[in-house]
Amino acid sequence: MASLPLRPGNPARRRWLCVCLASLCLPAAAWATKPIRVGLTPAFVHDEYALMEEWRRYLEAKLGRPVEFIQRDSYRETMDLLRLDKLDFAWLCDYPYLYLKDLVRLLAVPLNEGRPYYRSYLIVAANDARQSMRDLKGAVFAYADPYSNTGYLTPRYMVKQLGEDPATFFKKTFFTWSHRKAIEAVATGFAQGAAVDSFVWETLARTQPALTAKTRIIARSPEYGFPPFVAHRNVSAADFEAMQRALIGMQDDLTGKMLLDRLNIDGFVRGDKRMYDDVAKMMRAFGEY
Amino acid sequence: MRLFDLSLRHKIPLWGSALILTAALAIGAVFLVRAYDDLRQDLFTSAASLGQTLAQTLFPALLHDDLWRAFEIVRAPFHEGAAHNPLQPDAIFVLDGEMHILVASDPQRLPTLARLEELPGTFAALANALRSQPLNETRSFDLPATAHFFTATPIESGGRRLAALIIAHDRQVVWTRFFELAVRGALIGLIAVAALLPLNWYWGRRMAEPLIELSKGMDALVHGRPLPLPAAERYDYRDELGQLFSAYREAAAALNEKALLEKEMLRAERLAAVGRLAAGIAHEINNPLGGMLMAIDTLKQRGALDAATAKTIALIERGLQQVAETVGALLVETRVASRPLARHDFDDLHTLIEPQAVKKQLALEWRIDAPDTIDLPASVVRQILINLLLNAVQAAPTGGYLRLQAQAAERVLSLVVANSGAPLPEAVRSHLFEPFVSGREDGHGLGLWVTYQTVTQLGGRIEADWQDGEVRFTVTLPLEKPES
Repeated sequence: MASLPLRPGNPARRRWLCVCLASLCLPAAAWATKPIRVGLTPAFVHDEYALMEEWRRYLEAKLGRPVEFIQRDSYRETMDLLRLDKLDFAWLCDYPYLYLKDLVRLLAVPLNEGRPYYRSYLIVAANDARQSMRDLKGAVFAYADPYSNTGYLTPRYMVKQLGEDPATFFKKTFFTWSHRKAIEAVATGFAQGAAVDSFVWETLARTQPALTAKTRIIARSPEYGFPPFVAHRNVSAADFEAMQRALIGMQDDLTGKMLLDRLNIDGFVRGDKRMYDDVAKMMRAFGEY
Repeated sequence: MRLFDLSLRHKIPLWGSALILTAALAIGAVFLVRAYDDLRQDLFTSAASLGQTLAQTLFPALLHDDLWRAFEIVRAPFHEGAAHNPLQPDAIFVLDGEMHILVASDPQRLPTLARLEELPGTFAALANALRSQPLNETRSFDLPATAHFFTATPIESGGRRLAALIIAHDRQVVWTRFFELAVRGALIGLIAVAALLPLNWYWGRRMAEPLIELSKGMDALVHGRPLPLPAAERYDYRDELGQLFSAYREAAAALNEKALLEKEMLRAERLAAVGRLAAGIAHEINNPLGGMLMAIDTLKQRGALDAATAKTIALIERGLQQVAETVGALLVETRVASRPLARHDFDDLHTLIEPQAVKKQLALEWRIDAPDTIDLPASVVRQILINLLLNAVQAAPTGGYLRLQAQAAERVLSLVVANSGAPLPEAVRSHLFEPFVSGREDGHGLGLWVTYQTVTQLGGRIEADWQDGEVRFTVTLPLEKPES
């Protein structure tokens, strides 16, 4: 194109033509090139793909804009995408949220059994006689994700509270990169213990009772603020508002209610950063906050 | 009786059955050995292939100490639906250099970080085998007294070895498969044997039956009484058996012919002897008889006999006349002066016989193929034919037919008198041409005897037989006088 010889013409008239063309093209182009990018993580049961697709379409209809779900199996990858400004919103764990507290803003907090809280469950196999974290010394332990509060920060904090070094307390540890798989690791006997998201465990107890029945909860942590929906700092106030309204409004229509039900949450509320102070306390114990 | 003395009727099918069963068992045994070996080999090949695939994907997971990923990889072959895989492994696990289990498909049984030697079962034997020889490539272990077949694959890349992947197959898997195959093979074998045995039995009987019949036939042949062999008649192949049958048939035919000839000769000799005796007696009686009759004649011409004497004389004369008639009949004389036989003699015979034939509603057929004159005494031939024709009229059933055939060839005249009567009973046939033998109530039994004697004196032959539904008397007369 560049090599084509330009015909001499009226520059004013050409400029006017361009404006007309641009005004015609803009809405369509914006629709095509500026979707809302939402990052999904194992903070909830994120691998039910049909449900995710329905939720995405629902949000598209609500926002009147294309919505793109970007799924990652580790918090680390989603955090990286936020840092690289490749996401507008994300459903994160509370631990990464505090990690990225300068990069993201709290958008909405899901309601778990009516309240925006959850905890960490320490689980062993159903037929295992261990009764507490202390009994798991020298065991094979499954962590969910190095940026999971309930699956990594909490159990390590518990070990620390016992006066032990989390690095040597267990004989062997490994990451399963999701709470569900951490439950599977204990259920199959591959690991002797794991700490998991109470919300994921309860959801699976409802959808796959055979799996959770093979595990037994031996300790429950204090309540923490539920893994929140966050917005990138760069998201405009209008988009922030629109997304917040769309999420919080889900409990007000039938389709939204059905989706919430399948996500096993009761809805979204605005939330408050102070709900996560306990997490911050634990992070401080490891010199991370 | 020894086993090998059994009749071929039983021996051939028994031997065939034994052969079929032996073959089936031998093939079955070879098949089973091969099947077991193949199954084991298949198992090892499949395990090696699976092991190499898994080892490749396990290498990065183990390199990054990603135990969960490694766990997912070793569990992958155990997804639901793989349960029906006949070569489904019992367990897959990864061993580090110190024989610790890093991951296992079944952590309940093979706990993470457990030492292989300390596990229950036969895993210690595997640990020893692995220690005794460095694992440089995929190796299969068929260790004695273990419940498993093991296939070990090194997990390595670019010269760095991280661990060893072990695939354990329950021996029971192979045995189960083997028994399935064996049962199926046995079923097929049974069906084959069930199909072959009756076939063999049928074939054996078919083979044996002609042989047995031949054996009976040979036995009879040796005793000079050859039997007809129906199996031989049905057997129309030109193999050795067929040749044996045909040899038997020839031998039997030759023997029969000889026996028949001997019988004929005996008969001819007997008839000749009887003829000579009869002629001799007839001559001896004839001379005094002529004198006696002459004397009675003279006595009657002289007259003057009282009534009682005349009556006695007449009685004697009638008796002597009867003796003379009988003796006359016995005296067969062919050397009479006579004109030669002419064509019209046959017409005369037709005329003579016609009234009697009409009485019985017989159809008469004269087929004469002869020259005008034939060099045979007309009176003798006419006598022969009259005898035979009269006999035929008697023998033919009412409404039947009667045929005379005459054919003069170069040197013989052949005459056939046929009628549509029933075949002669064997008892009659064998003494047909003897004197005083009669098939009828009213004959004196000399007709055919005289005919026979006459024909014989002319150097000819006479035969009676039953052919094509008619009784046939065939007379063959030479046109030249016999040398004697």
